[in-house]
Amino acid sequence: MAAVSRARRLKLRVFRIVTLVVFGAFFLIPIYAMFEFSTRGNGVDAPRTLDNWKAIGTYPDMVAGIVNSLELAAITSVATLVVLVPTMVWVRLRLPRLRRVIELISLLPLTIPAIVLVVGFGPMYLWLGTNFSDSILTLSFAYSILVLPYAYRALDAGLAAIDVKTLSEAARSLGAGWPTVMWRVIVPNMSSALLNAALLSVALVLGEYTIANNLLYPNLQVELVSLGRTNAGVSIAVAVASLLFAFVLLIAISFFGRPRRMRSEVA
Amino acid sequence: MMSTSRSGVEVRLEDLRRRYAGVTALDGLSLTMAPGELVALLGPSGCGKTTALRLVAGLEEANGGRVVIGGEDVTNVPANKREIGMVFQAYSLFPHMTAMQNVAFGMQLHEVGTEERRKRAGEMLELVGLSAHANKYAHQLSGGQQQRVALARALAIEPKVLLLDEPLSALDAKVRSRLRDEIRRVQLEVGTTTLFVTHDQEEALAIADRVGVMNAGRLEQLGPPTTIYSRPATPFVAEFVGLTNRLPGVVKGREVEVRGTRLPLVKPDSTDGPAIALVRPEAVSVAADGDVSSGPLIGTVIATVFLGATSRVTVDLGDITVLAQLPTSDAVALTAGTRVRLSLRTDPVLIARDEKAPTEA
Repeated sequence: MAAVSRARRLKLRVFRIVTLVVFGAFFLIPIYAMFEFSTRGNGVDAPRTLDNWKAIGTYPDMVAGIVNSLELAAITSVATLVVLVPTMVWVRLRLPRLRRVIELISLLPLTIPAIVLVVGFGPMYLWLGTNFSDSILTLSFAYSILVLPYAYRALDAGLAAIDVKTLSEAARSLGAGWPTVMWRVIVPNMSSALLNAALLSVALVLGEYTIANNLLYPNLQVELVSLGRTNAGVSIAVAVASLLFAFVLLIAISFFGRPRRMRSEVA
Repeated sequence: MMSTSRSGVEVRLEDLRRRYAGVTALDGLSLTMAPGELVALLGPSGCGKTTALRLVAGLEEANGGRVVIGGEDVTNVPANKREIGMVFQAYSLFPHMTAMQNVAFGMQLHEVGTEERRKRAGEMLELVGLSAHANKYAHQLSGGQQQRVALARALAIEPKVLLLDEPLSALDAKVRSRLRDEIRRVQLEVGTTTLFVTHDQEEALAIADRVGVMNAGRLEQLGPPTTIYSRPATPFVAEFVGLTNRLPGVVKGREVEVRGTRLPLVKPDSTDGPAIALVRPEAVSVAADGDVSSGPLIGTVIATVFLGATSRVTVDLGDITVLAQLPTSDAVALTAGTRVRLSLRTDPVLIARDEKAPTEA
């Protein structure tokens, strides 16, 4: 018996390691290749150099693009959560019949190609630009819609894991108004779902190109492409940096985003 | 202790009504609870008892009627301003807080100072016997412990009324009866007027000052447990609370004749004709087959169930079966297959006319 299970465990271990290596290679080789390219010196035998990386700061458009995208990512993820969490809680508590409808609507952006969305957004942004603001930050409206399916899924899983109705009724009976219920009871118990939703939003916004490019807003990806035409080395360096940033975010979230009970059990 | 000094307030439900999409859940419930009283609402599922409790809590809105707590009409006051304490059927502790933090949560919202809060939360946990578990999270506590923390949490804000919504039904039998007694002890100690909703008659009869039996959105009978059991006002109450034999008989004047035995009626105004007499198992006596003096009816024992001090004997009379409850010492000889004689005690009985027996939820 023990021998069999040991053999099975070993098999599983080998399978895991092989899978990890294969997928790791699939992800890491292109990134390594980009890194290799971005550190090439000028000329065939030139030594490795970080000139391209150092040069990022000397392209003000590139820097502006990075800042724009980071701001957009922050605004989009916060705005999405602020709108979506109370809505989803409310639907769960008061309008459970609408859940399917809300789910369907929130999944729609996934089924509509970005380029089609752009056609729809075009006139709206024309109007926004002339009547409200032509700041690139208005893109967060479009991005909030774009991240809806991902954020919805993550939050829905988080809400399903807690008894929203009983917890909120218990809090209300203890004297909590709705804002307190949200902030002190619901949110702390779905923190990992919130982090997941936020991360997905950030990752999506940092990687977005189609909408920004077609609506003529210079975000990170648009600047990357345009810089790539004149200085590929620097452009690739920025791309690697943004990928690393996403990795760091991911690791941070998987570290801090674990449910409290698991952490307390570990402790 | 702070809570012992506090006396309860009167809670009045006046003609409360509630409909859900055409279905009447509560059809004019009126009930006055004396200060410090524990009233249990008992009934099958869907009888409106939980709706009644949620209307008192303010978690649902009434379509009509009033809720008056301590002389103040709170019908239109939102749940968080009603000063109620509530314990739910489902486990409701906040998972991200320790037992202590859960108990302190309500006081924090009521702006009780940190020191005072800590002290009182400690006292409340002590009251429910969980001081040793103050720093545990809900998932580290058993179901019974979680409900006790929930009780402490509800009482910590010194509510005007305590609402218990089937707090024991998720627990196993042994924990349930222990916690039931515990709830009663704590309730008597703090003296908070309490409404307890349950579908378990044993629970209701054991814990309450008065029991209200509900059926189809209405209060069928309200009275002390002993009255509810021994003098049920309606056939529904007779059949829902305790076990009851449904014996076919014929009403004649002020009596109903069942198999040759005339039993007086509780309500003598019934019209003559066939009816079902409702007879408690303890009003049926059984003796081993002897002469006619030991009982006019002859039957065969189908089964004897040992319940401790008493035993329940099922007797087949040919066309119907009758349940009898007798002291175990008298029932030892009555094994399955024994021929027995049976008689009915001539206590006043209620009758039903081809109504279906209510099923326990």
